[in-house]
Amino acid sequence: MVAIVDYNAGNTRSLQFALDRLGVNSSLTSNIEEIQSAEKIIFPGQGAALNAMQNLKKKGLDKIIPNLKQPVLGICLGMQLLCRSTEEGNIDCLDIISTDVKKISNKVKVPHMGWNNISNLKSQLFNNVIDNEFMYLVHSFYVPIIPETIAESNYNGFFSVAIQKNNFYGVQFHPEKSSKPGIKILENFLTI
Amino acid sequence: MLTKRIIPCLDIKDGRTVKGVNFKNLRDAGDPVELAEKYANEKADELVFLDISATEQKRKTLYKLVLDVAASLDIPFTVGGGIKSIKDVSLLLKNGADKVSINSSAVYRPELINEVSTHYGSQCLVVAIDAKKINNKWKVHLVGGKVSTDIDLFKWAKEVESRGAGEILFTSMDNDGTKNGFANDAIAKLSNQLNIPIIASGGAGTEEHFKETFTVGKADAALAASVFHFGKISIPSLKNKLKRQNIAVRI
Repeated sequence: MVAIVDYNAGNTRSLQFALDRLGVNSSLTSNIEEIQSAEKIIFPGQGAALNAMQNLKKKGLDKIIPNLKQPVLGICLGMQLLCRSTEEGNIDCLDIISTDVKKISNKVKVPHMGWNNISNLKSQLFNNVIDNEFMYLVHSFYVPIIPETIAESNYNGFFSVAIQKNNFYGVQFHPEKSSKPGIKILENFLTI
Repeated sequence: MLTKRIIPCLDIKDGRTVKGVNFKNLRDAGDPVELAEKYANEKADELVFLDISATEQKRKTLYKLVLDVAASLDIPFTVGGGIKSIKDVSLLLKNGADKVSINSSAVYRPELINEVSTHYGSQCLVVAIDAKKINNKWKVHLVGGKVSTDIDLFKWAKEVESRGAGEILFTSMDNDGTKNGFANDAIAKLSNQLNIPIIASGGAGTEEHFKETFTVGKADAALAASVFHFGKISIPSLKNKLKRQNIAVRI
């Protein structure tokens, strides 16, 4: 069973449908026991970081998530919350990956919205995904290139479009909205 | 590199696609889900569904439709038409829409833009602006272009951005339906003045028009309806042509 962490952080319907199409059982839940006992955990996110962190704290999930031992996939804001802090509201995040999330420069349009290519792919998450494949992104903050970077993209310079530390994976793009290659990445995560 | 987006727009009435759709190999040309899948397979970058149902009762079919589209589509889609409140927005997002597009209701009550972006994030909010040149000045029009206002396009666009819109969908009523090309002067001015993406709409007739709106018009995305629905332009051919002309597109 795949647990999708429910903390009122945006639209998870597409993600649930994508998992349905893969024939995978999923449950949208904030129940701590259910999350802890799931085989895989997807940590989605959209909207504002401050609200998201407050909701996680209210549900006690900020203490649970960093201690999970099974594969965890943070998507979009979910990936950013795995980091130490974010310039979005200047708040502390879960600090699973010790890096700080930065604001995209106003020299380019913000949000970075649309399809961009991902390269330098370094994880089984990208099995059978070609270098420079396109993914759909929409974000105003970014994770810089760090030792945990497993894929990068370029928007006013290179940034981390995917990161990994131990059992924690994060992708800035929306695999559930990135056509067949995105669904392949979701499928790869489920087989880790 | 971030690519330019090609966005087919589907008009929906009572849960069905309207405007003659001239495709072979479609079992049911009026079925929005089937048409959406066809465009997704051709590598359309996003889709817009514009609901033009006349009554509130008929509008309910829209929510079911959004759910059906979300269940089968793996690219982003926007839903617009008749959205008046944060409650309407919430229902559409819950049913799986990635973004909503608001138009007249944002002019009547601009706070709606702040409310949606605060609650759900700028990423899900497209503000659509219809405008027309009157005495050489671009003026905002409402209710599908039927109601004129004295509001200046560029001032309104700036306000829309500062209130938290994620994107602007600009339709030039002077160009819409002409197939003579996009209003690239106005689009370029919007794109230069604002720091959020601009979707160009109105006037697409040839593949060259898309190239012009991306280069001269500096548009981030281009939306069209009939040229795609009637098969005058095929998305794979359009994208290949753009790519040959060194415009970044997803192939």
